[in-house]
Amino acid sequence: MINSKEVIWKKDETISLLLKRMNFVFPMIVVKINGRLIKKDKYSTQLINDNDEISVIHMISGG
Amino acid sequence: MVKGQFSWKDYDAGNTKHEWDLQKIHAAHKVLTEFKYDKNKIEKGFANKTLYINLTTNEIKEKPVTDDMKKKFTGGRGFGLKLLWDSIQPDTRWNSEENDLVITTGPLCGSTQYPGSGKSLCLTVSPSTNIVCDSNVGGYFGPYLKFCGYDALEIQGKAKEDVIIAIDGEASVIRIETAPLEEINTHLVSEQLTYMYSSKDDERSRQRVSVVSAGHGAENSYWGCLNFSFWDIRRKVARIKQAGRGGLGTVLRDKKIKGIVARVDKFTGVENAPENPEAAAKVGTKIQKEIRDLDRYQCNMRQVGTAHLVEIMDAYDLLPCENYRFGSFPKAPKIYSMKFFENFTRVIPDGCWHGCTMACAKTVDSFEVMTGPYKGHKVTVDGPEYETVGCGANMSLWDPKWIIEFNFYCDTYGIDTISSGTAIAYYMEMFEYGILNKERCGGLELAFGNFDAVMQFLHRMADGDTNEFIKVAAKGIRRVKDWLKSKNWGDHQLIEDTGMESKGLEYSEYVTKESLAMQGGYGLTLKGPQHDEAWLIFMDMVNNQIPTFKDKAEALHYFPMWRTWFGLNGLCKLPWNDVEPANNAETDEPSKVPEHLNNYVEYQNAVTGWNINKEELILQSERAYNWQRALNVWMGRGQRRDDWIPYRSMGPVTELEYVSRQERYDKQLAEIINKPLEEIEKMDVGKKVKLVYHHRQNQYQILSDAVYMRRGWTQNGVPTPVKMKQLGFGDEQKMLDFLAKKIQEDEENGLNDWGGVYSGSEEKPSKERRYWESW
Ligand code: SF4
Repeated sequence: MINSKEVIWKKDETISLLLKRMNFVFPMIVVKINGRLIKKDKYSTQLINDNDEISVIHMISGG
Repeated sequence: MVKGQFSWKDYDAGNTKHEWDLQKIHAAHKVLTEFKYDKNKIEKGFANKTLYINLTTNEIKEKPVTDDMKKKFTGGRGFGLKLLWDSIQPDTRWNSEENDLVITTGPLCGSTQYPGSGKSLCLTVSPSTNIVCDSNVGGYFGPYLKFCGYDALEIQGKAKEDVIIAIDGEASVIRIETAPLEEINTHLVSEQLTYMYSSKDDERSRQRVSVVSAGHGAENSYWGCLNFSFWDIRRKVARIKQAGRGGLGTVLRDKKIKGIVARVDKFTGVENAPENPEAAAKVGTKIQKEIRDLDRYQCNMRQVGTAHLVEIMDAYDLLPCENYRFGSFPKAPKIYSMKFFENFTRVIPDGCWHGCTMACAKTVDSFEVMTGPYKGHKVTVDGPEYETVGCGANMSLWDPKWIIEFNFYCDTYGIDTISSGTAIAYYMEMFEYGILNKERCGGLELAFGNFDAVMQFLHRMADGDTNEFIKVAAKGIRRVKDWLKSKNWGDHQLIEDTGMESKGLEYSEYVTKESLAMQGGYGLTLKGPQHDEAWLIFMDMVNNQIPTFKDKAEALHYFPMWRTWFGLNGLCKLPWNDVEPANNAETDEPSKVPEHLNNYVEYQNAVTGWNINKEELILQSERAYNWQRALNVWMGRGQRRDDWIPYRSMGPVTELEYVSRQERYDKQLAEIINKPLEEIEKMDVGKKVKLVYHHRQNQYQILSDAVYMRRGWTQNGVPTPVKMKQLGFGDEQKMLDFLAKKIQEDEENGLNDWGGVYSGSEEKPSKERRYWESW
């Protein structure tokens, strides 16, 4: 689940790859896995497990 | 000096130089009135006086700023609302003699310690909406007005011939002078007036002059903006920022004002005389460092300005393309921010007020104009900002140079890029359907992507062309809808649903179809669909943080109240959330940027000597916000029917739009009507469009119910006397009596009832229909 929406899990996918797949290109985002904050420098190594609850919170910006 | 930069003395913008006989132009002035005054010393952010000018009678006088006024209205936009309430009538229209044009400052305006502290808030009765419109703007005029001794400038009446209002803070004198020979278009008149009114012939003296103007486009349309100048000593050119929305420039020219000039004798950076300068400096230093360290990893505003949003909006299907039909487009990468970066003049820090490290005000120097009266001239173009680029996408103009040209002429003609761009995009769609055609458009081939036709339209409009289409089109989408329907040239529903206006004002540049909260962020607003009250698309559509109606209503209460606060103080919103502290993600509510919120509390307290907290900060906004809504109701609008939005902003109007997002819509429809997806996929597209249509219209009404209740209004969107008293307006008897009477009338007309149709598990916001009585 990403932001409470069903997304197909992929084996060996890191956060960076997931963000790429979802086309989440916005620079100001916060990523949490099962409520745990993931620091930006871990995006390219942190793997995602099946059934993980992922939050990708986009800050407001703009306007 | 930073490596790669060079001295401002060495820089030549390379623009066309003008040869004017300024002495002759100045000598043609006739002084109509002169007013000498004692300049108040600014104390804790306030000059404690406002300036009143009547152009019909040539009266100039001062009005006191009382403690009661500060308590109820805080400053800035709040003061503007108070001055308007005291001056206009419910039936005042934009061109009425008594309509006020108000320029306000705010207690923090003019500070240099905190970035973004040079904004003015301008208000008037708008030609587009017939209610009060507020618009914020950078540039030096607001701060200089305050340094001249006034918290606000209020202009009533109309001059008989073109005039200049000159506020001379150096000699403490104000003059109204006839101005027969000056240019009208902004890039020329602001330069002429800067040279004419600067005390000496040098760059520093010119920097102490600021001019408000609007061009020929403002005279001949409802889209007039106010251009506020700031003299750029490096480029040696009068740069400009716009109060764009709602036709304020149209009112300026209707009053026959060619320019308002403010001149200050000195500028030290601490004119605001803060109560606690150390605290103001401390909080400012922190954010300045944050911007310098982090902007490049976040929004990159210092390099490309707000245009950084173009590629993001395209990626998230939110960039308005071809009149908001689509949210992305294959050609969009041609207008991504880097394409403009290539044109921007770099190496010069570009703030629109001193002390703004964010410095997002970019320019294209030495731009060679391609069309119209200035063809072949080389000019400095301010921008383009995201909204203007978004207009390019909306009109299907995929060449950065075309967008820069559009930007230049909108600015110098004094018209709002947003309203004109959004409106032209609509006319283009009508053209595509044959509802408009070359003949009906006065010979213009107004098809999507036709840059020449867009420019011809602007030039003919600014020129006062009397062709029927040009005249109606220049008044905006609302008037064109009525015109097309009166001619019976097309399907009335299609004409209504596709034109992106609400309350008579054109939408700004975001696609909202998939975010109900953002539909409310545009529709449930005071002045009309501008995103400065709430920008909730990510929170709603991407993050899924506000899934219920109650959650959305809470966001549509909090964010408009918070964002209103910038305008009460003379601040720019951008340094709030276009940069964020490195640890923002670890806070409880990152979307509110809690550390910056605390900064603002500390900053206002440090300057004014008040002792507010976060909650009181919101309360300051809530007072002004509710007063403005009540003012709208008093003027016959500001009710549920006025918060209507066109269906194009809610969902797919046409089958083409449905098909472009078929997977998404089919899935939603399967949930709505509880049928298997396979069955939905086989359904006729036209039928599906209709089903989605009815569902989404109702969702919007249910949202409105929840928002009205959260804001303390009746189901018809009217602020209640109970609410107004809670906010501290207990002694404003005239307003309280009016609201009580209005609510009673609504009761008799059956308007105090829920707007949404609730079914199944959906619950009304309250069991009590008259919930607002017991508060
Ligand atoms: S952030 Fe940009 S628009 Fe805001 S004050 Fe600074 S330079 Fe001006």
